[in-house]
Amino acid sequence: MSNESNGTADAALLGRLKEKAAWVWRETLKIHGVAPETRVASSLSPVEILTTLYYGGVLRFDPRNPQWEGRDRFIASKGHGCVSIYPILADVGFIAREELGGVCKAGSRLGGIPDMNIPGIETTNGSLGHGLGVACGMALALKQKRSDAFVYVIVGDGELSEGSVWEAVMFAGQQGLNNLVLIADFNGIAMLDYCRNIIGLDPLDRKLREFQWDAVTVDGHDIAAVHQALTNCRRAGTTRPQAIVARTVKGRGVPQLENNSLCHVKSLNPEQIAAAIANQP
Amino acid sequence: MTMRDVFLGRLYAALKEGEKVFVVTDDFGAPTLDKIRTEFKDRFVNVGIAEQNAVNVATGLALEGFTAYAYGIAGFMTMRCYEQIRTNLSMAAELRPLNVNIVGVGAGFSYDVSGPSHHCLEDITLMRLLPNMEVLSPSDWVMASRFAERSLRVNKPKYIRLDSKPVQQIYPEDMKVALDDGFHELEQGAGTCVVATGFMTQVARRALAQTNAPIGLVDLFSFAPLNEAKLLTVLSRYQRVVTVEEGFIHRGGLDALIVGLLARGGKMIPVRALGVDDRFIYDVGNRPLLHKLAGMDEESILKAVAAPAA
Repeated sequence: MSNESNGTADAALLGRLKEKAAWVWRETLKIHGVAPETRVASSLSPVEILTTLYYGGVLRFDPRNPQWEGRDRFIASKGHGCVSIYPILADVGFIAREELGGVCKAGSRLGGIPDMNIPGIETTNGSLGHGLGVACGMALALKQKRSDAFVYVIVGDGELSEGSVWEAVMFAGQQGLNNLVLIADFNGIAMLDYCRNIIGLDPLDRKLREFQWDAVTVDGHDIAAVHQALTNCRRAGTTRPQAIVARTVKGRGVPQLENNSLCHVKSLNPEQIAAAIANQP
Repeated sequence: MTMRDVFLGRLYAALKEGEKVFVVTDDFGAPTLDKIRTEFKDRFVNVGIAEQNAVNVATGLALEGFTAYAYGIAGFMTMRCYEQIRTNLSMAAELRPLNVNIVGVGAGFSYDVSGPSHHCLEDITLMRLLPNMEVLSPSDWVMASRFAERSLRVNKPKYIRLDSKPVQQIYPEDMKVALDDGFHELEQGAGTCVVATGFMTQVARRALAQTNAPIGLVDLFSFAPLNEAKLLTVLSRYQRVVTVEEGFIHRGGLDALIVGLLARGGKMIPVRALGVDDRFIYDVGNRPLLHKLAGMDEESILKAVAAPAA
């Protein structure tokens, strides 16, 4: 089960979440040191979101029984940018901590992109634009089963150019899938350029509301704001799918990556990683 | 009877029996589907004209334990969402069983006068390429009904290609057919054997009824599963094989399956492939005309079985 009960975040919880997020941030960089193939910039922007989901009493899960029927489903649709989930999966007990040292190495089940071979990962990710549609099917099924479980999906803003995402957005709104939560890691940068220069979707929350979603925009690095938005998605009486547009910084906390339009494809060398960790903001 | 109404009729019965069935459509209908969507509103969903989402939603339903059906036009249900089928069905099924059935209506030239956008000549090649998928190609409504039954029982992703038009009955309703074999030798012959699939089994059967020559006829109704050893044994009795398919030839469809099978088995039997060769057909006309233009009508089949191997 999750480590914290649901409810209003008190200062102590927020303090613990901040500490945990800082640890996940460092671990993500260390994994990048082990596996330079990982997309480090894209994995640093959702750190606070993932931390809050797993430690903030948001997601229901059971590491001893990853397929527990009562669990909330979490889909890491922006697969490339979710390597930061590995330290969390190890810390809460889905996988062994030692596995973090073998990311992308022969014999490991932890590759550069999380897939369903890993306990706690629901889908095989990496091909963008699938997660929200699959989540819609899960949400529909959970309603049929009279389950109170929720489905959470994290997508990147580059991923939002995929037409299949919008097929699912329209479907979820039409069906009133109020057990579905979309989190957009809105870091503003795709692979080659700023999203605003490719397919600009700002303001995303307004577009989602037009498609019959409830949507809010928050600072995706503000743990209190993220926690409040996520907790709010489960409030009683909602009739629409819930969306959180989390404004984030790609490559957050690493000077070589932040605000670099090409940071998606940038790797850090061991010295840069050590320096980044030593100067953690 | 149409394959689709027989197939959907079985799903309707399964829903009545309380089976965990969910039908997804991309806004494509059928008379029997009307019964399902009226009586089982909570087990039917129309995603709109959005095949990618149809497959993704069906995937989510199947991951939650439902037997899911994604129902639409064959060419669109296979090609518009090929990558969804690859990633979420074929690839996922490597690790976890999930029962999603892609039911495509309008195989081959079913939608004759609708033109090349609706002619579905690629589906067999594309679907048999994917691991962990069953690829089922019934030749009559009896086999369509058997595959409906199979779809409820076999917990794997499947592609089931159905004809859109009423088809004649080939198999007696009480006949036992081993579905895992993937084929049935409808006519035992000597010398030349025709191997056909789907609607072309009907055309080949009509053609061969016009000759006294002892031509064999194999109905290949499943590309996967397929008992290749058994099929090799059957074909080894012949000196020539003619394949007939409503699909592109020399590319990876039925003809490629047979050529590969014979080559791997060390049986150097000549194979003549009838089908559509490296072109799209814009000519407007009914199915017999399209078959004639492609060189796969009854007359072309009779010529091919009579002539020495090309």
